[in-house]
Amino acid sequence: MQTCLVVDDSSIVRKIARRILEGLNFQVIEAEDGVDALVACKRAMPEAVLLDWNMPVMDGYHFLSHLRRMPGGDSPKVVFCTTETGIEHIERALEGGANEYIMKPFDKDIVLAKFQEVGLIEVSSIAAPGVS
Amino acid sequence: MTPPDYEYLRKVLKDSSGLDLSADKQYLIESRLLPLSRKCGLSGISELVQKMKGGSASLVAQVVEAMTTNETFFFRDKVPFDHFRDSIMPGILQARAGRKSVRIWCAAGSTGQEPYSLAICLKEMGAALAGWRIEIIATDLSQEVLEKSKAGIYSQFEVQRGLPIQMLVKYFKQTGEFWQVNADIRAMIQHRQLNLLNDFSQLGVFDVIFCRNVLIYFDQDTKIDIFNRLARQTEADGFLVLGAAETVVGLTDVFKPYPERRGLYRPNGARAAVAKLPIAGVAVPKTAVMAGR
Repeated sequence: MQTCLVVDDSSIVRKIARRILEGLNFQVIEAEDGVDALVACKRAMPEAVLLDWNMPVMDGYHFLSHLRRMPGGDSPKVVFCTTETGIEHIERALEGGANEYIMKPFDKDIVLAKFQEVGLIEVSSIAAPGVS
Repeated sequence: MTPPDYEYLRKVLKDSSGLDLSADKQYLIESRLLPLSRKCGLSGISELVQKMKGGSASLVAQVVEAMTTNETFFFRDKVPFDHFRDSIMPGILQARAGRKSVRIWCAAGSTGQEPYSLAICLKEMGAALAGWRIEIIATDLSQEVLEKSKAGIYSQFEVQRGLPIQMLVKYFKQTGEFWQVNADIRAMIQHRQLNLLNDFSQLGVFDVIFCRNVLIYFDQDTKIDIFNRLARQTEADGFLVLGAAETVVGLTDVFKPYPERRGLYRPNGARAAVAKLPIAGVAVPKTAVMAGR
């Protein structure tokens, strides 16, 4: 089973993300800021990181630059998930090594679509998102 | 929207159209029904629900229509666009190398996600199509839907369903909470209102026809009629792309499945030629006479 590290300072967002990701067959680990998340990555590198931008102690952008310099830190697929929806943030995230970008609010279909986009979930393994 | 309102709408939709919404589709209901409630002079979803409960059958019908209109995403189902890029276009690049033109028809263009996805695919091919004349014609029954397609303006939710973030950054411009397709991509699409039940021969002949998730609404005889007429508008070496749940098999043999490419069909040589006769018949004898001289 693949592991997804959910990094967000809001326990409610982490709970929603956990429910969605467990529904998509991920094992979920939680961290409430960038430092916490780096500790988790040192312990065991996850396959995926769902990453908030604005957090106390260390924000998502700085976590990402630390992660990408860690041994094995280039392997996780990092998907930002943030209320920062400006194009300048998106471009900065991509240049910083993010693989995808979710603009909050989000739902299961968006997470599924983005995880499929970066190859964490096979397109054929779960029915394409749709109305029915 | 209150949970009881949501549950009520879910039940009405399930009972009247079979549309089965999961528990987390509040935003979908809001994005479809807020415009409708505004149009009806109502303050919002809760007043709309009150009116429906009060027994307004026409309002219920409008709600069902607003919700069942085919929801569409950029690169919907992904695979057809992989086929387009990897199987269809390489063939066309070779076959049309002489005249350097390609004609594509989105027969259910809806709010534009499909034609724009195809335009983006072509744009991504870059130099391979330099100097080519590209025509993408998007048709739909609904003028309202076509207007949205023409504007090319999408909500944050819409651009997050199927569109890779790099493509959003590359081909869209952010305006407030909305994202608009760049002008050069918009200029690649021509929009026309069209009912597939009516004659569409005036559109001409196409190399590729995308006709996805629209024929499911028609009965069998109508489907057969449309397939026969689509075959007349498809180049002999062209392609028809259907939705994941659709097929020609068992209905007509004017198209045949393309091996190992689900959803992809090609005109069936001899059969398609027969289907073409009413139109080709005018030109063929002349050519034959000239060839005889």
